[in-house]
Amino acid sequence: MSSEIYARIQKNPKFKELVSKRERLAWTLTGIVLVLFFGLFMTVAFNPSVLAIRLGDSYVTTGLLIGLAQFVLFWLLTAVYVRRANSEFDALTEQLLHESVKAKK
Amino acid sequence: MMKKILANLSAGLVSLGMAGAALAAPAVEITQKQPLNVPAIIMFAIFVGMTLAITYWAASRTKTASDFYTAGGGITGFQNGLAMAGDYMSAATLLGLTAMVYTNGYDAYLFMIAFFVGWPIILFLMAERLRNLGKFTFADITSYRLDQGKVRTMAAIGSLTVVCFYLIVQMVGAGQLIKLLFGLDYHIAVIVVGALMVVYVTFGGMVATTWVQIIKACLLLFGGTVITVLAFSQFGFSFNTLAAKTIELHKLKDMLFAPGKLLQDPINAISLAMGLMFGLAGLPHILMRFFTVNNAKEARKSVLYAAGFVGFFFNVILLMGLCAIVIVGTNPEFFEGGTLGGKIIGGGNMVAMHLAKAVGGNLLLGFLAAVAFATILAVVSGLALAGASAISHDLYARVIKKGNVSEAQEIKVSKMASFGIGLIAVVLGIAFEKQNVAFMAALAFGIAAAGNFPVLFLSMYWKDLTTRGALAAGYGGLIAAVVLVVLSKSVWVTVFGYATPIFPYDQPALFAMPLAFLLGYVFSITDKSERAGKERAAFADQWVRAQTGFGADGAVSH
Repeated sequence: MSSEIYARIQKNPKFKELVSKRERLAWTLTGIVLVLFFGLFMTVAFNPSVLAIRLGDSYVTTGLLIGLAQFVLFWLLTAVYVRRANSEFDALTEQLLHESVKAKK
Repeated sequence: MMKKILANLSAGLVSLGMAGAALAAPAVEITQKQPLNVPAIIMFAIFVGMTLAITYWAASRTKTASDFYTAGGGITGFQNGLAMAGDYMSAATLLGLTAMVYTNGYDAYLFMIAFFVGWPIILFLMAERLRNLGKFTFADITSYRLDQGKVRTMAAIGSLTVVCFYLIVQMVGAGQLIKLLFGLDYHIAVIVVGALMVVYVTFGGMVATTWVQIIKACLLLFGGTVITVLAFSQFGFSFNTLAAKTIELHKLKDMLFAPGKLLQDPINAISLAMGLMFGLAGLPHILMRFFTVNNAKEARKSVLYAAGFVGFFFNVILLMGLCAIVIVGTNPEFFEGGTLGGKIIGGGNMVAMHLAKAVGGNLLLGFLAAVAFATILAVVSGLALAGASAISHDLYARVIKKGNVSEAQEIKVSKMASFGIGLIAVVLGIAFEKQNVAFMAALAFGIAAAGNFPVLFLSMYWKDLTTRGALAAGYGGLIAAVVLVVLSKSVWVTVFGYATPIFPYDQPALFAMPLAFLLGYVFSITDKSERAGKERAAFADQWVRAQTGFGADGAVSH
C-alpha cells in the first residue's frame, strides 16, 4: 500500500526537482570540503614550507590562517546546507507529500 | 596537599581515547595512587548527584522501547547537538590534544581539523537519510531492503566490537585518571564508573544518557573556556604577544606554527585523516543520536550545533596549549625536581591540569579533574546504550525473535544487556589495568570507518547492493581493519615486542575502506540470485523514503 504512495511520489515532477537540487547541493559542498581538506593535507605532506610563511610582521603563519579558515568555512557550509534544507527543501517535500498522499484520500 | 597530589603524577593519558588513536601514543602508564583530592571529589559528587536525580526523573518517563532507545524522539536539535558534541569529545580531547599542542604546536591543529571534518560530511551525505530510514539503530538502515537476520547480525557485531574496544580504553583511562586526580584505588574507580553507567542506562535509558551528556558537554565547554580566558588574559588577549613568547620559549622555535614531523609521511597522513573522518560516520553511539530527534529538520540542526561546539572547543584547546607553553613551561613548580624544560610532573598529558592550577588555583584544578571524570562517565554511558541496543533491538528482537516480541520484553533485554555490558566493562577494565590499550582506540575508529561506514553508505546510495555484497563489505572491512592494526606498530611492536611493524601506518582506513567498498561491489554485481533482484527492486521505495521522510517514524506532519 505504501509502495503505491511511494510510486506516486516518485512520479511527481517535484520529487525529481527535490532530489536533483538537494543532491547537487550536498555533493558540491562535500566536494568543496574534501578538496580543501585533502588539499591542506597534501600540502603538509609534499610542500610544508608553504604553510610556514609568516603574514607580514605578525606571527600568524599561512598554515594557521588556513587551518582557522577551514574550521570557520566548514561550519558555515553546514549552516548553508541546514538553511536551504530546512526551508526550501522541506517546503518542497511538504508540497510533494501533500500532492501525492493527500490527493488520493 | 594539592602540591603533593601533583607531585608524582605519571600517566600517559593521551591513550584515553581518540587522540590515542591518532597518536599511537604511549601506554597508559601505571599511575601512583595519590592522597585524596577532596575538592575534586566533592565537585564530582555534585555532578553524580545531579545526574542521578535526572535518571530518577527519566525513569518515570521511560516506558516504551522508543523512550528507552531514543528518548521518544523528543530531544530538540540544540540539546541533541550538545549531546552529540559530548559523545565525541572524550577526556582525551581535553587532556591529550592540549598536550599535543604543547609539544607539537601546529601539527596538533592539523589533527583537530581532521577530527572536525567528519561533521560536515556526515551532514551533507548521511544525516537526513539516517533519520528518515532508521528507527533505533543504524542497522535499521542497512536491513531496510536486505536480509534482516544476516545484515543485522553483522551490524551488531560491528557495533559491539567498536563499543567494546572503545569502552576498554575509557575504563582503563578512567581508573588511571582517578587514581591520579582523586587519590582513589584503581579498582574502586573502575567499579564506580561501571556501576554509574549501568544505573544511568538501565533506569533512565536514552533520556538520562542524553542529559548526562548535555551536562558534561556544558561543563567541558565552560571549564575549557574559563581556563583559556584566564590564561589568555595574561597576554592582553593578543595572539601576537602570545605567539612571540611561545616561539621564544619553545624548542621548535619558528617551526612551532608550521607543519612538523608528525605528518611527514603522506600515506600515513591520509590514512589517519580518512580514519578519523569516516570513523565518525560509523560510530554506533554517534549514529544513534540521529534517532533521538523528531524529524530530519532537527537532525540537521543537531549536526550544525555539534559541529559548532566541537569546532569552537578545538580552537579553545589550541589557545590553551599555547598559553601552557608560556605559563606552565616557565614555572619550575610543574617540573620534576624543579628543572625547567625537564620532565613535566605527571607526564606531558597533565599540561591542561597544570594550566588550570596556574591560572585558577586549586579550585579550578579540582573542577577540571571532576570534569575529566564526568567526561569519561558520560562517554561510557553513551557507548553502553549503543551496545545494549545492538543486542536487544538487532540481535534479540529482530534476529532471534524475528520481530515477535513485546516492547516490554525488548526493554527488559536491553536492561539486562546494559547490566551485562557494565559487568564486562568492569572486568575487562581491571584485567587490562597494566596493559597498553592505546591500539584499541585505533581499532575502534578503524572498524567504524572500514566495517560500518561502507555498508551504511552503500545501502543508502547504491541500488545494486545485495545482502551478499553487504556481508562481504562489512565482514571484509572489519577483518581487514583488525588484521592491519595487529600488524601495525601499536600492537606488533608495542604489545608483541617485535622490532619492526609489518604494516607501517597508524590507521588502517586508507587500505581497509577501499577494500570494503570493492568487496561490496564485486559480491553485489556478481549476485544473480532471485533475492538479489528483489533487493535491487526495493531500492526505489527506500530512495523515496530517504528523500522525503514519508513513512519515517514521526516524520510526517499530516
